[in-house]
Amino acid sequence: MKAKDRRLAELRSVIPEITPDEAQRRREQGAVLIDVREPDEVAQGSPQGALRIVRGFLELKVEDAVPDLDRPLLTLCAGGVRSLLAADNLLKLGYRDVTSVAGGFNAWKRASLPVETPHILNQQERERYGRHLSVPEVGEEGQTRLLESRVLLIGAGGLGSPAAYYLAAAGVGTLGLVDDDVVDRSNLQRQILHTDARVGKLKVDSAREALLALNPSLTIEAHPTRLTADNVESLFDGYDVIVDGTDNFPTRYLINDACVKLRLPNVHASVYRFEGQATVFWPSRPDQPGPCYRCLYPEPPPPEMAPSCAEAGVLGVLPGVMGLLQAVETIKLLLGIGRSLVGRLLQYDALEQRFTELQLERDPECGYCADGVEFPGYQEIVTSCRVPVGG
Amino acid sequence: MADATIRIPTPLRSFTGGAGEVAVSGNTVRGALDALAAQHEGVLERVLDADGRVRGFVNIYLGDRNISALGGLDAELPDAAVISIVPAVAGGR
Repeated sequence: MKAKDRRLAELRSVIPEITPDEAQRRREQGAVLIDVREPDEVAQGSPQGALRIVRGFLELKVEDAVPDLDRPLLTLCAGGVRSLLAADNLLKLGYRDVTSVAGGFNAWKRASLPVETPHILNQQERERYGRHLSVPEVGEEGQTRLLESRVLLIGAGGLGSPAAYYLAAAGVGTLGLVDDDVVDRSNLQRQILHTDARVGKLKVDSAREALLALNPSLTIEAHPTRLTADNVESLFDGYDVIVDGTDNFPTRYLINDACVKLRLPNVHASVYRFEGQATVFWPSRPDQPGPCYRCLYPEPPPPEMAPSCAEAGVLGVLPGVMGLLQAVETIKLLLGIGRSLVGRLLQYDALEQRFTELQLERDPECGYCADGVEFPGYQEIVTSCRVPVGG
Repeated sequence: MADATIRIPTPLRSFTGGAGEVAVSGNTVRGALDALAAQHEGVLERVLDADGRVRGFVNIYLGDRNISALGGLDAELPDAAVISIVPAVAGGR
């Protein structure tokens, strides 16, 4: 008898083995299935929702994913041999209830149990996103999720520039940009996606050039158009998160109303001189619904309450700060981590260097997002200027 | 009467001589706003409508809570209250 076979016989006498059907049943009761195969094997298919840790890194990584040593673990490989060795290592590490899936993934497929083909990071992606992979809250699973995510930014200007730049750097796989404007030299004081050489170019084209130069593997969907009630739903279709970086009330209300109707999170920020506001509007958040923009501001300011547009200056860095807060919130939403700004307004005063947090409440009478309210349709909003109140 | 600080948003600072904060005394939010109006002409009309209600594009916070959840303008002021006037701001480009 070979040493290997003797060792496996020993392991089989101490480590319980179960069929894939029984493994699936135990998962429903809380057991965690770990696919310990190599990335190229997993790329061909893996049990749906399995935790995937290659055997060589198992002991180093498993605790971040399963901190409770009493949680039942099920190991799976291709045929049921490496999973025995992996189970033995997990027992030695301190896990108390470890079972190997007999017959491995081959038996899993024969049993017609659910399978998925996960995105496996290639070598270049591993290199590029290495610092994300080291963060337990992101890791391979989170990075893969980012790569498969779709974010639509309305406005490729002051807020949209930093937000899009960092979302591209983070590897958000598909970025949509809606903007019908062209680059003007006066934009360059803050709109860092654009360059002096690209003055006169469509902002979405200039942005695409900058974003692909940073991260060539992304998909950039450029929409050189103005958002209207007629195109908003088709433009929003298929995106996971909407980032509002616009500069006028009619578009902000339109974005809000479409996000309410399509149940999408709306990552919101606005800037004026030295002050910024940021929040996430998401009335249909599954666990804890938040308010919408109309809960906060049922109506835009009338033209007579708005000052002349020429007075609407802004410190160039300010949209940088606020746009990056939007990028942070977007990534948290995509990964499902942390505490989002849903129901909280973060105010930033650059002169005082002060952040203030205000609680936002849902308006139970809100005409757009209150429970049981039927969507009233899009509204024509006319304001003469982009800046509210004041004078 | 409690002492309170009213935080003035940038778009309204042209009415307060540029001041970002105004110190007032009052028993309620309404009282504090009246005291603000007595010191700085023109500001209150931007916050309240002709019927004395908070305008739809402005929110007023007492501490970190919207006064609409605290009894509106009649919400009583604790000592050293901070009242924030927060208007809708559209800018982003």
